[in-house]
Amino acid sequence: MNAVLTQVRDNRSNKIEPVDPMTPAPCRVMRRRRENHDTFTLEIAHENGLVGFEFQPGQFNMLYVHGVGEVPISISGDFRKSDRIIHTTRDVGTVTRGLARLRAGDTLGIRGPFGVGWPMRSAEGRNVVIVAGGIGLAPLRPVIYQILAARSHFGQVALLYGARTPEDLLFRREFNAWRRKGIVVHETVDRADGSWRGHVGVVTAMIQKVEFELVGAIGMICGPEVMIRFTVNGLRGRNMAGNDIYVSMERNMKCAVGFCGHCQYGPEFICRDGPVFPYDRIERLFAIREL
Amino acid sequence: MRACDLSAIGILDTVFLGGPFVDSGYKVRRTNAFVVAVNCTQSGGTCFCASMNSGPAAAGGFDLSLTELIEGSRHEFLVTIGSDNGADLLRQVSSRMADDSHLTEASNLLKACSQRMGRELDTRGLAECLKKCYESNQWENVAGRCLACGNCTLTCPTCFCSTIEDTTDLGGDHADRFRKWDSCFNGDFSYIHGGAVRPTIRSRYRQWLVHKLGTWHEQFGTSGCVGCGRCITWCPVGIDIAQEAMNLRIRGDRSAAGGKEN
Repeated sequence: MNAVLTQVRDNRSNKIEPVDPMTPAPCRVMRRRRENHDTFTLEIAHENGLVGFEFQPGQFNMLYVHGVGEVPISISGDFRKSDRIIHTTRDVGTVTRGLARLRAGDTLGIRGPFGVGWPMRSAEGRNVVIVAGGIGLAPLRPVIYQILAARSHFGQVALLYGARTPEDLLFRREFNAWRRKGIVVHETVDRADGSWRGHVGVVTAMIQKVEFELVGAIGMICGPEVMIRFTVNGLRGRNMAGNDIYVSMERNMKCAVGFCGHCQYGPEFICRDGPVFPYDRIERLFAIREL
Repeated sequence: MRACDLSAIGILDTVFLGGPFVDSGYKVRRTNAFVVAVNCTQSGGTCFCASMNSGPAAAGGFDLSLTELIEGSRHEFLVTIGSDNGADLLRQVSSRMADDSHLTEASNLLKACSQRMGRELDTRGLAECLKKCYESNQWENVAGRCLACGNCTLTCPTCFCSTIEDTTDLGGDHADRFRKWDSCFNGDFSYIHGGAVRPTIRSRYRQWLVHKLGTWHEQFGTSGCVGCGRCITWCPVGIDIAQEAMNLRIRGDRSAAGGKEN
């Protein structure tokens, strides 16, 4: 499974080279885009002529900033553009601040991709409801790209997206294109500013705006745990089953391969068994404080 | 190496070699290790390997194992060969063939030792029981005594958690990454943006004990405890994992709120 993915193809010899899962591959920032006051997107390419980066939506990479440290960051890019690795993150910690200082041409280390992603296969032929809070849209954007690339393979699709303020809503420049290609997008903010004409309130209130049938649909949720909790309740209120609702979990992570022990969540290793779980698998754990 | 530690190595093999990823550093050290096991004919006051099926005799995984036979002025070792490397080594040491009386003597000593354990831990149904104990008021009880010093995790032969330390030279041209042992009792062990997931000693001790005796089974198919008793010996305030597990078994379903769970 994952071990197969931690290989890179050498473009010159066309040989698949196994890589020690703890060794970052040298990479270079090709482009950097500021998304808002604390969020930015990096487009990254492998050094040394190594290409062919494949991943599943929902998987993550470990990003290493020279001499500073390493953090797990989900992949926010398009699976079809395998020459670029795309990450969107906020500068909120020591390492992510280091990432925020990188500019085109700077180097960093990457290993991955790791983890179990969103259930794209089982979503085929079904309605899909995607619920994101703030930066939580980043790991879900590859899902949207994959749906758009094979739109007829999926039923009706809605994106419910909430953030603190209009400025915190990510990727808004793409929403119109997504809508044109048949994805319903409902945006909401906790606090509006003078320019905001949209909805104000928590993202869970958007669930009632979904006009298509949610029984038998697939749900995908990424956001703060409290938002996940209320969203699951809302989706269950529309008679969705716990094993049709998938959530992305977050814990401290040092290794991403099950060696360091940091990401344990009850019996689960978030890095290896997740980060995406069917909700009924972790429901028992979700109710436990400080787990 | 004692039988409990040898069992612990077997458990670590599953952690570092048995999953989808292989820890290459561990694998090299493991492949090059030559193991001489020493069976215990006398248990310590905090030992409970017999409860955990990990001793007092080493069941396997050694190149040679020794059982000390003492009677009056006679002092001998019964040696069991566990591998070709072990046989090669033994050929270079003067020895004579053991007979049935030696085997019986060793067997009796080991059986007597397993009946004189300093501690006992009833493991029947314990992992299932702990699943219902997450909100038990027993965690407050132990948290009131625990100093979160991490001694138990430092002396435990199966505690495998690690962290990474990053360093650079002053010029910033050269950087090193060191993998270091880490303890789930450390405050920043569970840190994610915004704070620690387990800010209280209650939740950290719970993580340690429930992992060791409970969730380890789901993760790796065995208990994470080999009954070496070192966490008891080295706890500065005398917290006893066997006693705490028993307390949870008896009273663990009483929640902090005073009501019954489930």
